[in-house]
Amino acid sequence: MTYQFEFSSLLPYWREFLDGVWLTLQLSAISTVLGFTGGALCAIARADGPPWLKRVVGAYVEVIRNTPLLVQVFLVYFGIAVLGIRVDANLAAVLALVVNVVAYTCEIMRAGIESVHKAQVEAAECLGLNRRQTYWHVILRPAIERVYPALVSQYVLLMLASSITSQISAEELTAVANRIQSDTFRSFETYIVVGLLYLALSFVVRWAFWGFGMLVFTRRRKLGTAL
Amino acid sequence: MPSFGLGHLWFLLIAAGWTIALSAIAFLGGGVLGFFIALARISESRLLRGLSGAYVQLVQGTPLLILLFLIYFGLAIIGLDQLPALIAAGAGLTIYSSGFLAEIWRGCLQSVPKTQWEAAECLAMTRWQRLTRVILPQAMRIATAPTVGFLVQIVKNTSLASVVGFVELSQAGKLINNSTFQPFAVFLTVAALYFLICYPLSAWSRGLERRLNVGRR
Repeated sequence: MTYQFEFSSLLPYWREFLDGVWLTLQLSAISTVLGFTGGALCAIARADGPPWLKRVVGAYVEVIRNTPLLVQVFLVYFGIAVLGIRVDANLAAVLALVVNVVAYTCEIMRAGIESVHKAQVEAAECLGLNRRQTYWHVILRPAIERVYPALVSQYVLLMLASSITSQISAEELTAVANRIQSDTFRSFETYIVVGLLYLALSFVVRWAFWGFGMLVFTRRRKLGTAL
Repeated sequence: MPSFGLGHLWFLLIAAGWTIALSAIAFLGGGVLGFFIALARISESRLLRGLSGAYVQLVQGTPLLILLFLIYFGLAIIGLDQLPALIAAGAGLTIYSSGFLAEIWRGCLQSVPKTQWEAAECLAMTRWQRLTRVILPQAMRIATAPTVGFLVQIVKNTSLASVVGFVELSQAGKLINNSTFQPFAVFLTVAALYFLICYPLSAWSRGLERRLNVGRR
């Protein structure tokens, strides 16, 4: 075995790698924000909605969590095309990622909401808080703080899973890598570089979430403890 | 253009068999490798702890897709480019699941109270005896539910084996869709097949979890 590693032929492509990183970050950020919002709403619907809605959301969560993201991506991308709507791959990718991550967020948030003690809600009622105030101050905020670490892990996994959208040629990091390796024939080196980039990204995303958590959850910042 | 019919369904069912086979390989391989890495994670040697920790970080911090590409092209570099796709896919998924299973099992091993280690030490057991006779039986009970839950992840992630040319359920679906272009019929069937494999596992995992938590409620 005499294989000469040669990373130098990848150097001219540094801009494209960066573009890929940027699009991966954008895809993940948009899907995270939309996924979090949608997931929180689904969790509330599942905890407190009318029975039919509870069942619909429950079925949705089960279906998404028990089928692969790749198949969901294909369904969204080819499905939209067959309906006669022209959508570019990046938008289809975001759509599929959001549909996916909403279900996972819903399940995590549900656990958080269930962990809020019933007496807390009763106390809020006694204090004359209305439904919205109760939800926001007494249920959602503590629930989110409790499940924050699980949410962060899920969103890091989402960032890594966004690589799957390269299969429908969304131009994120993995798709860039696929193109560069077929240009340079330096496949192994290309994927080593991209693997390291993903590794760095996952650290950066984790740090960003840690910092965000410190900013938002004042109790954690001031007392150094969670709820 | 042919339309989606019974012949296609049969093709998908065979591909689903390959998905299950690949999941089994990944789980068995990943289980054995992951077990030793979990042990290394709680070992007394700082070097072993550091190395296994780095391994877990590396596997969990890179997408499975990249891992599969690396193995596929890496095998070609060391001259093993004639191997069937099953080997490359199996190796990639084995490494992937070992990284996650190791971390799940480390948590389970460490959730056994420390006093159990100490009590076993007082009974003059060796470290190996302490681990196999006292800690593992307790940790295994805690570990079953999350392990079965992770099986679902493995089954779903075998869908990525298509990138190294392995025809499993998703790839079969893609091939059929390319010839019929009926994405809803094809991919909904594919999704339904995955659901049929995964849902019983999810339900089983939930059941195990409920049984384990009986005492706490």
